[in-house]
Amino acid sequence: MRRRPVALWAAAAAGYAFLYVPLIIALVTSLVSTVLGTMAGVAMYRYKTRLLPILVLTPIAIPEILMGVSLLIFFVLLNFTLGLASVALAHIAFCIGFVAIVVRARLAGMDESLTEAARDCGATPWQAFRHVTLPLIMPGVIAGALMAFTLSIDDFVITFFTAGAGTVTLPLQIYSMIKIAVTPEVNAVSTLLMLLTLALIVIASKLTPSLLRSD
Amino acid sequence: MPGTSFHSAMTSRSSERFGKWLVSAPPLVYLLFFFAIPSLIMVLASFRTPGEFGGLSPLIEDGKPDLNLDSYVRFFTESVYAQIFVKSVWYALLTTLFCLLLAYPLAALIARSPKKYRDLLLLLVILPFWSNFLIRIYAWMIILGPNAAMARAVNGVLSWFGHEPVALLFSSFAVLVCLVYVHLPFMVLPLYANLEKHDQALLDAAQDLGANGWQRFWRITFPLSLPGVYAGAALVFIPALGIFAIPDILGGPEDSLIGNVIKQQFLETRDWPFGSVLSIVLTVAALVLAGLAAWVGRSQLGTRSSGALSRA
Repeated sequence: MRRRPVALWAAAAAGYAFLYVPLIIALVTSLVSTVLGTMAGVAMYRYKTRLLPILVLTPIAIPEILMGVSLLIFFVLLNFTLGLASVALAHIAFCIGFVAIVVRARLAGMDESLTEAARDCGATPWQAFRHVTLPLIMPGVIAGALMAFTLSIDDFVITFFTAGAGTVTLPLQIYSMIKIAVTPEVNAVSTLLMLLTLALIVIASKLTPSLLRSD
Repeated sequence: MPGTSFHSAMTSRSSERFGKWLVSAPPLVYLLFFFAIPSLIMVLASFRTPGEFGGLSPLIEDGKPDLNLDSYVRFFTESVYAQIFVKSVWYALLTTLFCLLLAYPLAALIARSPKKYRDLLLLLVILPFWSNFLIRIYAWMIILGPNAAMARAVNGVLSWFGHEPVALLFSSFAVLVCLVYVHLPFMVLPLYANLEKHDQALLDAAQDLGANGWQRFWRITFPLSLPGVYAGAALVFIPALGIFAIPDILGGPEDSLIGNVIKQQFLETRDWPFGSVLSIVLTVAALVLAGLAAWVGRSQLGTRSSGALSRA
C-alpha cells in the first residue's frame, strides 16, 4: 500500500523529540554563549589579556573533530551522562569564539569616547556599559546570538561525539536514517527543520532590521 | 588636594582591575574547563594503554604508571594510517583548490554588483548554513543517485561512446563534489571582504598605462587579494581535513579518510589512546600547514610590496 504524504508528515511529527531537542540545545547555546562571548569580546577589546584570546580563538582554528573527541573523553571520565546537557555545554564552548569576534569587530567600529564621556558624567562602569556601550554594540550582540543559534542547529560533528547513544538528536536521527536507506521520512524531517530555521531567521530579521543591512 | 587625587587614582585603577576580572573571568573559566582541560586530557590519553572494555586501562597498575608511546609507534609503523593521512591531505588540498577556482569569480561578481543587490547575493551564499549540515549532504545523495537526472545524463553520454555506465554516488567524485559544495561559502566570504575594498582607481591607472584585462587582474587585483585567498584557504583546508560525515555517507569503502578512522577508534574499536594520537597528528598537521601558508603569504606580500616600492 502506498503511504499518503500526510502519513509521512505524521510519522515525522510523531518522533517530535528530534525536532525540539536541537531547538532547546540551540536556544540554551545561543543564550549562554552570547553572554560569555560578549564578555570575552569586550575583555579582548578593552584589556590586554594574553590567555583569553588564545582560549577564545583556538576552538575556531582547530578541526572540529578534535573538540568532539576530547569532550567525549572528558565527559566519560567525569562520569557525566552524555545527553542534552553535554551537547549544550560543548556547543557553548565552540560558539563563544564566534560571538566574541563579532562583538569585538563591532566595538572596534564604535567611538569609545562615548563610554568615557558617560563615565566623566558620573556613570558607574556598569551604567556606562548598560546605557551607552551595550545599545551601541547591540547589532553585533544579536548577530552573534543568531550565529551561535545557527552554528548549533547546523553542527553535526561535535553533537555526534557528545550526544551519547541514547539521546535522540536530529543529526543522529538523520544519520542513522540515511545510513539505512533514502526514505521519504528523511525528506519530511529535513523539510521541517529547514522551514523552522528559515522562520526563525525571518522573525529575527523582522525584529532587528539593522541586522541584514551591512552599514 | 594631591592626597585625594592619588586615592581616587588608586581606586579607579583597582576598580578597573576588578572590572577586567569581572568581564574576562567567566568566559576564561568556561573555556579552561570545557576546552583546555579536555584537550590536555586527550594529549595524556594518547600516552596510555586502551582498557579491556574500551576507554583507558587503570592509570596505576602493579605500582607502575601506565604511560607509553605504543600508540605513536603504531601510527608511524603501520603504513596504512600514513596512507590514509596522505589521502586526507590530498582531498583537502583538492577541495581548497576547487573552492578557490569557483569562489574567485563569484566573489568578484558580488563585489562589483550594485550595492542594493550585494546584501541579497551574500545572503544567498550563506543560505545553506540555515539547514543542517547532514541535510545538505543528504541532498547530494538524491542529486547524485542512480535514478536522478544527472546520473542518467552522464551515463547516456557514456553509453554513446560505448562506455560502461558509472555510479556517481558512493565514489571519490561524490565526496569531492560535496566537500567543495560544503566549504564554498568559507572561501567566498573572505574573498568578497577583500575584493570589495579594492580601489578602482588602481585599475583605471593601469588601464591608462596600457595594461590589458589579464595584466590588470594578474598584476594588480590578484596580488592585492592574496590575504583573502590565504584566509579562505585556511577556512576551507582545516575543516576539510578532519571531515568524516561526507566520506561516510557519499563515499565508497576506499574513500575512508582520517576523520573516519578517528570516529571508528572512538565509537567502534573504542581504542581511545590510538584515536587521540590520530586526532593530535591531524591537528598538528592542520595548524602547521595553515601556519606555513600564512608565513609564505606574509613573506610573499612583503617582497612584493618592497619590490613595488623599490621600483617606484
